[in-house]
Amino acid sequence: MAIAIAVVLVFIIRLFYLQVVDDSARDRAESISLVKQTIYPPRGLIYDRHGELLVYNQPVYEVLLVVRDMTRDQPFDTLAFCRTLQIERSVFEQRMADITDRSKNRGYSRFRPQVFMTQLNASDIAPLQEALYKFPGVSVRKRTLRDYTYAAAAQVLGSIGEVNQRDIDNDNYYQSGDYSGRDGIERTYERELRGEKGVEILMRDNRGCIQGPFKNGEEDLLPLAGNNLTITLDIRLQMLAEELLQGKIGSVVAIEPQTGEVLTLASNPTWDPAVLIGRRRSKSYQQLLSDPTKPLMNRATQAQYSPGSTFKTLQSLVCLQEGGITEHTSYPCSGPGSTPIKCTHHHGSPVTLLNAIEQSCNPYYWQAYRDMLEKNGYGKNNAAFRARYQLWVDDVRSFGLGSRFADSDIADQSAGSIPTAALYDKIYGKTGWRAITIRSNSIGQGEVLVTPLQLCNLAATIANEGYYVTPHLIKSDSLLDNVHHTAVEQRYFPVVKQGMARVMTNGTGRWYQLPDSITSAGKTGTVQNHAGKDHAIFIGFAPVENPQIAVAVVVENAGFGATWAAPVASLMMEQYLTDTIRRKPLKEKIAGSVLNTQVRKLTGEGH
Amino acid sequence: MPSRNNIFRQVDWFTIGLFLALVIFGWMNVLGASYNFDQTSAFDFAYRSGKQLVWIGTSLLLGMVILMLDWRVIDLSAYILYGIMLVLLLVTPLLAHDVKGSLSWIQFGPVSLQPAEFAKYTTALALAKYMGSYDFRMRSWRDLLVPFALMVVPMGIIMVLQKETGSALVFTAFLLMFYRQGMSGYVLLAGVAAVGLFILALKAGTIAALVTVAVVALVVIGWYLWQGWRDNRKWHPQKIFIVLGIAVLSAGYCAVCGYAFEHVLQPHQRVRIEVLLGMTDDPQGAGYNVAQSKIAIGSGGLIGKGFKQGTHTKMNFVPEQATDFIFCTVGEEWGFVGSSLLLIAYLALILRLIVIAERQKDMFSLIYGYCVAGIFLFHLTVNVGMVLGLMPVIGIPLPFLSYGGSSLWGFSILLFTLLRLDASRFEKMR
Repeated sequence: MAIAIAVVLVFIIRLFYLQVVDDSARDRAESISLVKQTIYPPRGLIYDRHGELLVYNQPVYEVLLVVRDMTRDQPFDTLAFCRTLQIERSVFEQRMADITDRSKNRGYSRFRPQVFMTQLNASDIAPLQEALYKFPGVSVRKRTLRDYTYAAAAQVLGSIGEVNQRDIDNDNYYQSGDYSGRDGIERTYERELRGEKGVEILMRDNRGCIQGPFKNGEEDLLPLAGNNLTITLDIRLQMLAEELLQGKIGSVVAIEPQTGEVLTLASNPTWDPAVLIGRRRSKSYQQLLSDPTKPLMNRATQAQYSPGSTFKTLQSLVCLQEGGITEHTSYPCSGPGSTPIKCTHHHGSPVTLLNAIEQSCNPYYWQAYRDMLEKNGYGKNNAAFRARYQLWVDDVRSFGLGSRFADSDIADQSAGSIPTAALYDKIYGKTGWRAITIRSNSIGQGEVLVTPLQLCNLAATIANEGYYVTPHLIKSDSLLDNVHHTAVEQRYFPVVKQGMARVMTNGTGRWYQLPDSITSAGKTGTVQNHAGKDHAIFIGFAPVENPQIAVAVVVENAGFGATWAAPVASLMMEQYLTDTIRRKPLKEKIAGSVLNTQVRKLTGEGH
Repeated sequence: MPSRNNIFRQVDWFTIGLFLALVIFGWMNVLGASYNFDQTSAFDFAYRSGKQLVWIGTSLLLGMVILMLDWRVIDLSAYILYGIMLVLLLVTPLLAHDVKGSLSWIQFGPVSLQPAEFAKYTTALALAKYMGSYDFRMRSWRDLLVPFALMVVPMGIIMVLQKETGSALVFTAFLLMFYRQGMSGYVLLAGVAAVGLFILALKAGTIAALVTVAVVALVVIGWYLWQGWRDNRKWHPQKIFIVLGIAVLSAGYCAVCGYAFEHVLQPHQRVRIEVLLGMTDDPQGAGYNVAQSKIAIGSGGLIGKGFKQGTHTKMNFVPEQATDFIFCTVGEEWGFVGSSLLLIAYLALILRLIVIAERQKDMFSLIYGYCVAGIFLFHLTVNVGMVLGLMPVIGIPLPFLSYGGSSLWGFSILLFTLLRLDASRFEKMR
């Protein structure tokens, strides 16, 4: 009797230890017998500002193999399998060796499905699916990849690709083999688009075979679809910009001035976003990477140029604000004989501000800049001059130049450059530089560097007469609150706008007036550079009275801004304001002009 | 005089209640352990839960038949059954098909039976018959020779010819009855010491075992000397010689242990013992069963995962989860509370059997009762001990819970025979 009681007592104590005291067993049991399978949520779709679907999901297929089942009942018909998938036998053998090599594939099990091939589209997989019965152990799993309605806006939209180890370490949402946005909108708004993964809990037996759902799926988690995004681009305008840039290296940016919404962000050379989907991705990416015209660089936000004469609009505003000139001040111009900067245009002398903008008179801007900086003389150790220079720097920077738009959602911006006093100190010594030393700044050459995005924002700021809303890509009310006022007061803007309007009626842009008497304002630029022909630049907005679109255009090594950049901007304005292009011959001419024979657009089949 | 008609008034309903509770609970766990998603009905005879229902039904039928028998039939047939069983045991290896190295199963049409499961019963009857006869007296060790032979012969056949160590070891359960009938407690002590020394010799080495033997012998001799000195210097040299003799025998035993372990035991038995003693740690190999079994039980927690919700046992991670390792399923699905209650139910059953044995008026029934109690206790101890990782893996079933017809029939016959004898205890008194 005592023995029986003692035995049962010992057992109960042991049970108490195993079941109540030591709680490691539950986790171990679950890790052994439960398989958590991810259910991927559909990624959010992307629409343009008019609700046009731009990016959606397409199903792709993965081929899975259960190695044990392949040869259990009959020898595996490798030859037929390779023929069905259209792969070489050596590819099959290499892949099988990789799958079964535990040093490369740590989770390998003969009993569990292993990924043999990924990212096959419906037409690739169709022959296999029909013949699946011939290949025991082979199964097909569906996932989703991106697809695009238009072969445009590749740099803006970005792409998705497999996550790398760093992503996995930084964010425990990801597991090896997951996709995430790698660039563009896809990356910036990854958290919005990706949704929440679901989990399906399955039970597996001792051989690793799935037996069925755990608790009839009660503890499964349904996936939550990603949020759809509406972006600010106008896809028709974007496509027009890309068409006009064909055969050229350059970029077009268009912004709605009142809202800061980016209507177009085009950079050429570009590619069809479809080439970065699925299996073509790595090959296409290599092609883009090795292309000498550097398509992967988003020139609209990353390329930095001297603004050239387009900078004169800003110079006018700063000089009016800080004194040195008034709108009635006039300066003499001796045409090409002027010193220290010659004029590239022929016009009367002396010139006032309006004429100077209209005729892009270099001597006027040199003298105005000098008078602005030297307004208080140089002072002891150039202190007075340096204080004026700092004013100029601050005013220019208040237009968004010289730094990235920190409160913007636009990826990969360059900062551009507004030279600081410290920079000149380093080159010339603290008292070694004067107004004449930095005279190139007055006409937008020299050390001043801007991006096309900043240039367009400058045009928008002038259109708004003194403020800008940070340029952005997502339709969102909160982004409209990012309002920045310039250091230049509103009262100085009308005269500059008037000057820019005269550029389009009497000046360098007069050949590209808009139809229907829609007014426009603009400023051309022809920028000298070290690499060949001048860059053609244009900034502008329209209509003058009620600006709805601001545009900046840069065409590299094209020649005159008036010849190559102004017509592009004018066509953009026409398209946006009238919803059509009536100047078809002009459009054909610009779009058909090849200025750089190396420029190619990488395109995918089926587009 | 009570007639057969009122057997139902005499029978011990408490035990029958426990029996029913255990088989029903057992059936639920067989269902829980082998249930899978394709299975549409718990009563489908293609599955184990359905088959077990048949075994339970036939067991009840067997029990009824036994209760209907005249108790004298049982008494009279004891030796006959024993003889038939010996022949059956000898014939079995010739007819048997190999099941995991064991030659103990005979196929009868769609069912397999294991005669060894019934040999316990016939041996218990024969022992009771022999030791319960009026002229049997336990006066010296010579009187134990025949009972020992009755016990060892079927045991030997099962172990050597049928290679079924687990079922053979069950026969040592009769030692408990021998002890009750006057066998010296030193025999049990010697058994415990033998197991202890065996473990010591394997784990710590033969030398350590020899040293232990020497130390124990010296302490005992010292104790005797001190006692002699205290009792006015009355020495007992013969005691000291006995101790020395035992010590020398033990030393020899220790030396033999190592050799026996390496050369006599089957390799799989060696590995099981090594794993249990922690000499090899191999959770994927031989220790796999026990490791998975402990995980399954541990994952049950306090109140378990619920009926049919055990993931670990159900997904076949625990081998034999419906038969020898059925207690895992209990642990996983019913938790600490459920498994403790089950153990207490077993304790109640065994204690009740002892009470029943003790109240018998004739020696045959009393001895038989102790045999039954001993067998149940042995099965419980070894089976649950194995599942909990306290004993080596010895494949014997858990009475009434494990899936399987032979064992359920065997245990039912054992139990109902005792109940039949018990029901007539007043009748036999006359």
